[in-house]
Amino acid sequence: MSVYTLTIDGKDVAGSDGQTIMEVAEENGIDIPGLCHLEGIHDRGACRLCVVEIAGSPKLAAACVTQIAEGMEVTAHSDALLEYRRTITEMLFMERNHVCAVCVANNHCELQDTAEDMGLTHFDLPRISPKADIDASHPLFAIDHNRCILCLRCVRVCDEIEGAHTWDVMHRGLDTRVQTDMGIPWGESPTCTSCGKCVQVCPTGALFEKGRAVARGSKRRRPFLPWMKVVAEERGL
Amino acid sequence: MSRTVVIDPVTRIEGHSKITIQLDDRGEVTDAHFHVTQFRGFERITQGRPVHEMPAIMARICGICPVSHMVASSKAVDDIMAVEPTPTGADLRRVINLGQIVQSNALSFFHLSSPDLLFGFDADPAVRNIVGVARANPQLAKDGIGLRKWGQQIIEWIAGKRIHPEGIVPGGVATPLTAEVRDRILDGVPEAIAAVERAIAWYKSDMLRWEEEAATFGNFRSAFMGLVDRQGNVDHYGGWIRVVDADGKALAERIDPRTFNDYIGEAVEPWSYLKSPYWKAMGYPDGMYRVGPLARLNVAERTGTPRADEELEKFRWRVGRVAGSSFHYHYARLIDTLHAIERIDALLRGPDILDTHVRSYAGINRREGIGVSEAPRGTLMHHYRVDDDGIVQWANLVIATGHNNMAMNRAVLQVARHHVKGEAITEPMLNRVEAVIRCYDPCLSCSTHALGQMALRIQLLAPDGTVLDELAR
Repeated sequence: MSVYTLTIDGKDVAGSDGQTIMEVAEENGIDIPGLCHLEGIHDRGACRLCVVEIAGSPKLAAACVTQIAEGMEVTAHSDALLEYRRTITEMLFMERNHVCAVCVANNHCELQDTAEDMGLTHFDLPRISPKADIDASHPLFAIDHNRCILCLRCVRVCDEIEGAHTWDVMHRGLDTRVQTDMGIPWGESPTCTSCGKCVQVCPTGALFEKGRAVARGSKRRRPFLPWMKVVAEERGL
Repeated sequence: MSRTVVIDPVTRIEGHSKITIQLDDRGEVTDAHFHVTQFRGFERITQGRPVHEMPAIMARICGICPVSHMVASSKAVDDIMAVEPTPTGADLRRVINLGQIVQSNALSFFHLSSPDLLFGFDADPAVRNIVGVARANPQLAKDGIGLRKWGQQIIEWIAGKRIHPEGIVPGGVATPLTAEVRDRILDGVPEAIAAVERAIAWYKSDMLRWEEEAATFGNFRSAFMGLVDRQGNVDHYGGWIRVVDADGKALAERIDPRTFNDYIGEAVEPWSYLKSPYWKAMGYPDGMYRVGPLARLNVAERTGTPRADEELEKFRWRVGRVAGSSFHYHYARLIDTLHAIERIDALLRGPDILDTHVRSYAGINRREGIGVSEAPRGTLMHHYRVDDDGIVQWANLVIATGHNNMAMNRAVLQVARHHVKGEAITEPMLNRVEAVIRCYDPCLSCSTHALGQMALRIQLLAPDGTVLDELAR
């Protein structure tokens, strides 16, 4: 296996062939923000929060899906990148209807945390305020599309870890929605095993356990779950 | 030439409103309207939300009484789940709700109304405010601030935070009470009782000054509504709806709160965003009734706690078994507060209050649910319909201030008739029209589901609608 040397934010680092900039940065204690990236499942480059600059390239690259190369000079943190990331975060908020105060994930939300980290204190972009539905037909869980940022963690974990592939994506552009089994109500899905992995990985309050009131910790996080990373390694993903 | 007086905005109330007073050709008052000019729309914006989110969303109706809305909303969701909260869960909800009653009553009496009572309705507005009270009668101001703080702390300590707490949930409360918090609240009881008893003593010593106001501030016959327990005592959380007429005769002895729609209709007037609920049996607009602290005392046999019952006896001796004047809301509010403090004390001394079983769980077992409780300003009703998945399809709120809408209009008319002389808006009239509304402590933000300031505008209108005089604060 070839080993490449490169710099991230001026720091000399090394990684092996096939590793992404995100992975090498993580190994070297360099924090690059990301909402769709999750250790244990394949990266998708959906949220674009991990954009970095690569010397010699005219465009920004998503660190989670860009593989390292020998001699690469990566800038992961700069004022311009922070501004881009803040705008990207703002766009994630604007695309749907996020009302933190009455959300089950309030204070337990990766989107909310990201907004804080980015210093996003107010919105300048116009709101889209789409009409989005809630599917609460499943006996245990519900999805509120108002809070979905289309990170597709649910789609990937359901396919790659649980192996059910209940979740997928439908429609395009602003109308894009995650769906269960070709768009039938979740509660009628013959493939869903009710394992709850999608709920666990959802970074916002889009997927949640039913019956939970709006309260601190009402969206339970179980960061100790070993299955994601372990299963992924066993399957050689 | 007839004309209309408009008071816009009304000050030292919660929300935004204006008053118009219609004069006839001879300059006599023919009619008066209390217009609520703000609109909230919570019944609409909650459509499509999971019903378990309702208590938290409904709490956003108001920053002063979020707890009241959470309690009524949680009870409505309990009803949809067809569960009873655990006894300790229900008792903790009661304590939080009573903490809310104490803090909101204190805000109304001490911060908003005591300046009028201390300095007189015609005193210079620059002095006639809570800062003026703090200079002239520091103990009174201190007691008001202390009571409000203690009530707020109860909410914070048990339910998580003072404004929009998260601790009241469908099925009960989110977390059990700890002995440490219980003891901390109990430590504050003696001072809270002393503070409200000082205020009652001061009010009683001074109330004869306001005989004229008591006679003209919404002094009329009407029915009264409130919740009572099995013994007929005041109940701020559960029990039955009791309605009595102006003579104290029961119009309805024990209404199951879930059936309130059978008894109460809601009329809508084009000049206000505030609905006008009425007693169906008497029709609209004859079925006027009042709710709130005064109604609670008029409706109940007793309060059910010793010190408050003692004061209630004196209250009835002074103003009658069924007090008709809305001016007595102030007096009743103090007794209501004393009762709430005593009840908190008793509940916290209960043997099971530290029990850890504080919440019941269930799915969606009914398509419809109704929750009724006593908010500081009176009986509060939340009514929801959901689909099989628990998604809200329809919601209706009947808010305490709404129940009082017709009575507030009647009171404004009465005061205007007594004080409007000639064609100009006079200071004494303006002061008293505002003050009569303050008796009801209306919360317009709640009841109309605004952004808005606490302010009052009065317009005097000619028969053809031209504005003859206008005063704004």
